[in-house]
Amino acid sequence: MNATPDIACGRLSALELSQNFADAHPALTAPQAALEADRCLYCFDAPCMEACPTSIDIPKFIKAIASGNLAGSARTILESNILGGSCARVCPTEILCEQACVHNSLEAGKPVRIGALQRFATDWQMDHGGQPFTRAPLTGRRVAVVGAGPAGLACAHRLAMHGHDVVLFDRHAQPGGLNSYGVAAYKLADDFAQREVAFLMEIGGITFQGGVTVGRDVTVSALAVEYDAVFLATGLAGVRALGLAGETLDGVMDAVSFIETLRSNDKKDVPVGRRVVVIGGGNTAVDAAVQARRLGADEVTLVYRRGVEHMSATSVEREWAQTNGVTVRLWAAPQGLLSEDGALTGIAFARGRAGADGRVVYDPEDSFTLAADMVLKAIGQVFLPAHAEGEHIAVEGGRIVVDGQYRTSMPGVYAGGDCIVGEDLTVAAVRDGRDAAEAIDKALRAGDGRGRGVEQENG
Amino acid sequence: MADLRTVFAGISSPNPFWLASAPPTDKEYNVRRAFQAGWGGVVWKTLGEDPPVVNVSSRYGALAYEGRRMAGLNNIELISDRPLATNIAEIKSVKRDFPDRALVVSLMVPCREDSWKSILPIVEETGADGIELNFGCPHGMSERNMGAAVGQVPEYVEMVTRWCKQYTRMPVIVKLTPNITNILAPARAALAGGADAVSLINTIQSVIGVDLDAMAPMPVVGGQGTHGGYCGPAVKPIALRMIGDIARDPELSALPISGIGGISNWRDAAEFLAMGSTTLQVCTAAMHYGFRIVEDMIDGLSAWMDGKGYAGIDDVTGRAIPRYVHWNDLNLKFRTLARIDQDACIKCGLCHIACEDTSHQAIARLRDGEARRYEVIDEECVGCNLCAHVCPVDGCITMEPQPVDGVQTWRDHPNNPSRVTA
Repeated sequence: MNATPDIACGRLSALELSQNFADAHPALTAPQAALEADRCLYCFDAPCMEACPTSIDIPKFIKAIASGNLAGSARTILESNILGGSCARVCPTEILCEQACVHNSLEAGKPVRIGALQRFATDWQMDHGGQPFTRAPLTGRRVAVVGAGPAGLACAHRLAMHGHDVVLFDRHAQPGGLNSYGVAAYKLADDFAQREVAFLMEIGGITFQGGVTVGRDVTVSALAVEYDAVFLATGLAGVRALGLAGETLDGVMDAVSFIETLRSNDKKDVPVGRRVVVIGGGNTAVDAAVQARRLGADEVTLVYRRGVEHMSATSVEREWAQTNGVTVRLWAAPQGLLSEDGALTGIAFARGRAGADGRVVYDPEDSFTLAADMVLKAIGQVFLPAHAEGEHIAVEGGRIVVDGQYRTSMPGVYAGGDCIVGEDLTVAAVRDGRDAAEAIDKALRAGDGRGRGVEQENG
Repeated sequence: MADLRTVFAGISSPNPFWLASAPPTDKEYNVRRAFQAGWGGVVWKTLGEDPPVVNVSSRYGALAYEGRRMAGLNNIELISDRPLATNIAEIKSVKRDFPDRALVVSLMVPCREDSWKSILPIVEETGADGIELNFGCPHGMSERNMGAAVGQVPEYVEMVTRWCKQYTRMPVIVKLTPNITNILAPARAALAGGADAVSLINTIQSVIGVDLDAMAPMPVVGGQGTHGGYCGPAVKPIALRMIGDIARDPELSALPISGIGGISNWRDAAEFLAMGSTTLQVCTAAMHYGFRIVEDMIDGLSAWMDGKGYAGIDDVTGRAIPRYVHWNDLNLKFRTLARIDQDACIKCGLCHIACEDTSHQAIARLRDGEARRYEVIDEECVGCNLCAHVCPVDGCITMEPQPVDGVQTWRDHPNNPSRVTA
């Protein structure tokens, strides 16, 4: 139990909680979607498409919405990105497709609402059409996919499409990865993550095994022996620590754990402080801060060590935090956690500024204190190897090393998503999973190295 | 301020904007509202003989294009379905209260001298300023040998016009159907019959679309559809051409024209005037937005005329006609080239793909890393204008006329086997 009296569950009524965690950006209605689709200029060599890590043919899917061909629209999206529904909701479109939209040159800040249109088409598919893809003739090959987040799901689906059988492992009870446990609830409201997983699994040939931690319950080497190929998509399972005394105090926790608790439980059962300080400048920090407010915290302050231009949260995310009553404080580094009688009371920060060489300089003499009964750390997630010492999977700079075909240094073992170098975005993870599946399929069909080739050919 | 007053076939109106004979001018209530809104005149919805016709329920079909409603409108409504006496009493009442406005009555009765002879005095008695002969309705009435069935036979046009001129002192305007190969034939027939003016175009025979669930043409009337008459912004080019053909014809040049066909704003109005119209008739735009649209039509036309130094409508009427020539008179040595304003370009690539796929491969698609650049290849550009039309940015692609060295038309071109030689 928490020793701090000011951390409590149920600060708000059930009605308030359900409103606070409802869809942050409600779906377009059919007339709205038609109007918005007609705004698209149907660019040739469209910049939006290039800005999408999964290269969705955006003009094509929007044209199909405009013409009323919703099944075709959804198929265009989903054949590039089977998690197009969650990407439509969680993508920072303001720095991806919508930033590239040529409409910004006509009317600044008024791109075509590509994300909202993508959601419209994929929602239609899930509500009316079900799984649009079928499996190629079965190959008899089995692939182990470790990690059931976006990268793993995208890989599993594409492998299943190509006729391979997949066993999808995850340490969590439910598949979905960050979509199920890491993203703010109001971004994927109405149990969307699980509904999307169910939609994706309708293709068949994918078996989910939850509660399996690779590296503890089974080794990568064992999987590599048992399966024809292995895809590692374990994400970033570790979190950074502040390195301050008192980090074990009740009330000091990782933002990732806070969000996971919130996503795994009824909102009324999620404890939150009255005064919450979130440390960090990324989307996890924003998601934690806003959700703390929406659970009923009186004061939530997000403190970032540098300026807005350095925050990895986009300006849209930052403004979202601010409109949700989160105070954003910049140029401040945590100095010490304050407590009384073993209970957290606040946190001290040193003010900083950019030094002459561009590096930030903090002045320990110039400090301030924020009263807090909950401190959420969101200062970055780190890769934790799932493979054992001695398993020959090269890691560099804290990420698994892969080649252009997503191959790790261990034969037959591939990796993608946040556990390899690249943008830590859901949509980039989907691309990795999809492309790794293509590479695995190609290798299996070529009979590459380990074991027999695929005898059957696709029609 | 430009003087917008017009005198058309002896009929005065404070401005050239009239409402065409159509549903908006079906009864006193609407016409009063139109005059209150500022319309210069109305052509009352076509009167026929009693008993009145019967109209169907479900009457209009519309063409929407990429989100714009009513780019074209199709109707299967017939002439006035109210008793003649009701219309006559209302016309009289409105004209009495709005003596300064033009009130013209559209008429359509069977092609018999008696029918025309009997209705004309009844109309004349209302004090109406003139009549317009509906020789254009392309549906329903034409199957009863009226409307377009008359308008398509020049001899009938001349005959009926002559009867009207014989039995009334009111000015006679002949409304022409576009559902004909050569508009000059009925226009000449109208003139020969003594018409004071012509008005055009009436609606174009059309099937606006097919209801793919009912599997019937739209509008669907109890599971079936029929062809109707097409009007609205989409028909404007057809109207401009037919009006221009009449206006430039030496025999017809004195015949006043009331222009009709998709006029939606002052700019359209100016174009119709320039191609030879003196008054302008509007319907679809009013049906789309209400009578208030006339305010900007009057205001915009007046401001444009002031800017150009045109004092009155007569200064604009027919102004483009000397430059409306036959293709054979165009200078084949003229050359214009597309120019892309790189600062205005938003990199949509539409000019490139249009030219690449469907024209002359004259717009190069260049990439410098992330940056896109589209450039005209002058040697390949034939000056077709397609790129300028597909470009979504006004003024980004312009056509730049090149220096011209003399004149050579097809008439004297060496490739022309029947060229004129000295």
